[in-house]
Amino acid sequence: MEYLILIYEDERINEARDPKANDELMQAYYSYTEQLKQAGVLMGGNALHTIDTATSVRVREGRTLTTDGPFAETKEQLGGYYQIRCENLDEALKWAALCPSSATGTIEVRPILNY
Amino acid sequence: MYGERLAIERVIREEYGQVLSAVMAGVRDLQLAEDAVMDAVTAALETWPRQGVPERPGAWILQVARRKALDRVRRQQTRVRKKDLLEAEASLSASVDAPDAREPEVVADEQLRMMFLVCHPAISRESQVCLVLRTLGGLSTAAIARAFLKPVPTVAARLTRAKVKMTEARIPFVLPPRDELPARLDAVLAAIYLVFNEGYAASSGERLLREDLCVEALRLARLLVQLLPDDPEARGRWRVAEALGLLALMTLHHARRAGREHEGRLIPLEDQDRSVWDADALDEGIRLTRLALSMREPGPYQIQAAIAALHAEAPTAAHTDWSQIAALYGALRQFADSPVVRLNEAAAHGMAYGPDVGLAMLDRITNLEGYYLLPAARADLLRRARRYDEAREAYVEALALVENEREAAYLRERLDALPANT
Repeated sequence: MEYLILIYEDERINEARDPKANDELMQAYYSYTEQLKQAGVLMGGNALHTIDTATSVRVREGRTLTTDGPFAETKEQLGGYYQIRCENLDEALKWAALCPSSATGTIEVRPILNY
Repeated sequence: MYGERLAIERVIREEYGQVLSAVMAGVRDLQLAEDAVMDAVTAALETWPRQGVPERPGAWILQVARRKALDRVRRQQTRVRKKDLLEAEASLSASVDAPDAREPEVVADEQLRMMFLVCHPAISRESQVCLVLRTLGGLSTAAIARAFLKPVPTVAARLTRAKVKMTEARIPFVLPPRDELPARLDAVLAAIYLVFNEGYAASSGERLLREDLCVEALRLARLLVQLLPDDPEARGRWRVAEALGLLALMTLHHARRAGREHEGRLIPLEDQDRSVWDADALDEGIRLTRLALSMREPGPYQIQAAIAALHAEAPTAAHTDWSQIAALYGALRQFADSPVVRLNEAAAHGMAYGPDVGLAMLDRITNLEGYYLLPAARADLLRRARRYDEAREAYVEALALVENEREAAYLRERLDALPANT
């Protein structure tokens, strides 16, 4: 069973963080990723640039509408994700709780649909 | 014939939760398990009136349900993932011809796993409440909808959505690990208490329909208490004292139901006719409270039960041990601090040590703005302090905020009964 761990955070908090706290967070992410690898559950993952860099595309009646910005304005924004493979939702939720941003943001766990 | 049909339906309802949990242990897909058990129930309703109810009706239904589940698993090759299907098939084939006497530990384990599954934190509270009634209470979707005063399609959709999530997100059918047990048991207790409160808060017009919910919650709590381990070492982890406390609390509340209302009017505790309370049930509630407290693992349900027990033990309202109740609300605040607990604590202090003490405590409560109970409690204490003009103002304030018609009627009655002036 595979799950996507989606990391939502208030980007303003990230921007306001001082360099020392930022280093600590990076270190926490580094060791979290290591843990996922060691446990053999990590399938992939990435951090994303902020929503300032997002572009949304919709095609309606054959016409492509391109807009500056994310799909929706929200208080917390998608900042990155991990793809993991584990036995069940309880295990996935445990990994989600260990994600460093769970302390400040929201981690959404979504099962991946296999066709 | 009709009586026989009712008897059969009762037997089926009593066995339903056990049978469903056992089938679930084999297939791990709640929708499939429910469908298979429904097939078996249909078969029972067709066969039993002709051939008589079998000696072990639960075993009969379970065997048929497992066979039906196996049929369904073999037919449904596409819906669930292949590996799960093979596992389900193997498990069902192995158990289909198993001897019909099952170990009580296994039966208890399966039903507990069902409770944890349907009260999983990934399932919404509203859905948990419906699911626990559906799976372990054996209530039909229509009966649940009636009890919650919701349209049947709404409840059906909610149940379906939850079951789909369980399967698609793969919520496991297991006992939670040791470190998560207390929190997960608290979720089960909360769901059962919500079922009870839905029934308890019902107004007269809907009471007959909804009192079932109280009875059902009591049944679920009794079942949970039976399922939990009774060895002293495991008690704390398994929240045994709190489960008993919840059962005691609901038993005591339910025992007083006949006094709560008269001709549609809400009767406050102090004015209730105590002779109509169910004395046997009160004794049982008090006994359960003592048993829970004797385990020395205090918790919010036990404290609330102890408060209810003190009310039950008072021969008249004037004999109520308010200082003890005030102290218990203080203890409750340690476990579950909320403005409402503080409000009750203040009211109890007012009764124990004089209205002024209570009023001073009420003044310190924050975060209850816009909630009618705060001015209502103040009005009550002001009335007792014979400060009638201020009491009148507070009742008017409470009336402007109250939404429930029955409680508004009660407040209006109190307001009208105030003496002219001080």
